[in-house]
Amino acid sequence: MAEMDVSDKGGHKKGPGVKKAKKGSTRVDMTPMVDLGFLLITFFMFTTTMSKPKSMEINMPFKDPNQQVKNQQLKESCALTVLLGSHHRVYYYTGIPTETAPPTIKTTYFKPNGGIRDIIIAKMKEVAQRKASGELGAKDNVAVLIKATPNSTYKDMVDMLDEMNINEVPVFAIVDISPVELEFLAVPEADATKP
Amino acid sequence: MPKVKIPRKSTVVDMTAMCDVAFLLLTFFMLATKFKPDEPVVVKTPSSISDIPQPDANVMLITVDENGRLFFSIDNQGKREEMINSINASRGLDLTPEEIAKFKYGSSIGVPFNELKSYLAATPGQQKQMDKTVSGIPLDSSSANTANEFAVWVNEARYVNPSLRIFIKADSKTAYPVIKNILSTFAGLSIYRFNLLTDLEAIPQGTAAYEASTAKK
Repeated sequence: MAEMDVSDKGGHKKGPGVKKAKKGSTRVDMTPMVDLGFLLITFFMFTTTMSKPKSMEINMPFKDPNQQVKNQQLKESCALTVLLGSHHRVYYYTGIPTETAPPTIKTTYFKPNGGIRDIIIAKMKEVAQRKASGELGAKDNVAVLIKATPNSTYKDMVDMLDEMNINEVPVFAIVDISPVELEFLAVPEADATKP
Repeated sequence: MPKVKIPRKSTVVDMTAMCDVAFLLLTFFMLATKFKPDEPVVVKTPSSISDIPQPDANVMLITVDENGRLFFSIDNQGKREEMINSINASRGLDLTPEEIAKFKYGSSIGVPFNELKSYLAATPGQQKQMDKTVSGIPLDSSSANTANEFAVWVNEARYVNPSLRIFIKADSKTAYPVIKNILSTFAGLSIYRFNLLTDLEAIPQGTAAYEASTAKK
C-alpha cells in the first residue's frame, strides 16, 4: 500500500501565523483483526459438525391385532435361529425344534473369521446350492430368527442386524425368546466369562 | 570512535492477506457446518455398515444411556410448543408460560411428568447438572400401561407432527431389555418403521454386501 510520508522535514518555516494540521499515517495495523478471525475460526471448528450421524433402518413386521397371525411357511432347512447371550456370545441352531427333538446349540462369537458370519455365509451357500439342485423352490429363502436374552446388550443386537445387512440375508426377524430356549441356554451361559 | 550507523529495515509485516485468508476460512465454516445438537448425556453408539444419513427435519430423537435412562426430543420449535401445550392440558402439569418457552427452546427431556415442572423451572446450567442424575422418562413393556410415560410422549409428538421419523440413539452397553421395552411400546402404538443411529464402519471384504457395493461402482 502506498504510504504517504507527511513527516516534517528539516523544520522549515512557513509563513507566520499559518498552522499546518499534522496528518497521521493511513496505515492500519491488521494484527488484532487476524487474531479475532482465527479466534472465531477455532470457535466454529469446535462447536459445529460437518457430517450428519448415520442411521440404520429397521422395519418390524406389521402386526394387525384383528387379523389372525398367518404363519409363514418356514421350511425347516432354511431356518437358522440365533440367540444373543451375555458377554457378546452368540448361540445358534438350525431348523425348527419340536417337543421331542431338542436342538443342538452351538456357541460362537462376533469375530470376523470363525464367528457367526461364517455360519451365516455357509447357510446361505447351502440353501443356494439346494435351490440350484431343485430341492428347494424359488421362494424358499434363508430365514434368520434373532432372539436376545435379557443379559445381552444393544450392541449385540445391532451387530447381529448388521450381519444381516453384510451378508444380505433375505428374511430375518427379531423374535421374543421362549422360556424353553432360556432353559437350554442356562448351562452354556453359566460358565460364560469374559472372552 | 566514529558513530557507525547500522542500516535498519522495517520489521512491520503487512497483515492484510492473512486477514483475508482467516475470514475466508471463517465464512466456509459458518456456511458449511451445523451446530452440534445439545446432548443430555454422552452416548457411544455401536457401529454398523449402514450409511443412511439422519435427515435435517422431522426428527424424533430418543437417547438411551448405558444405564437405560430415556431422553426424548423432537425438532422444530413450533411443534415442540404445540406438544408441550397439549401435554400440559392433558396431564394438568400447570406449567407457566416461561417454562413452556424454556421447553420450546430446550433440547432433550429425561424426567417423569411429576418432575417436569421443577426441571423446566431451573436454568439451563442447572438443567445440565440435573441431566446427569435424573431418572429418565419412565418406560414399560406395554404401551397400554399408564406408567409408560414414554408412550404418551411418542403419541403426542406424532399427533402434532405426523411425518416425524423416529431415531433411537442408544449406548452400546445398554441392556437389551430396555430396547425390548421400547420396541414393544412401538408395536403397541402401531409404529413399525424406525431407525437406529450408528457409527459408520467400512464394509468388510469378501462378504455379499462388499460384492454388491463394488459391483455398483
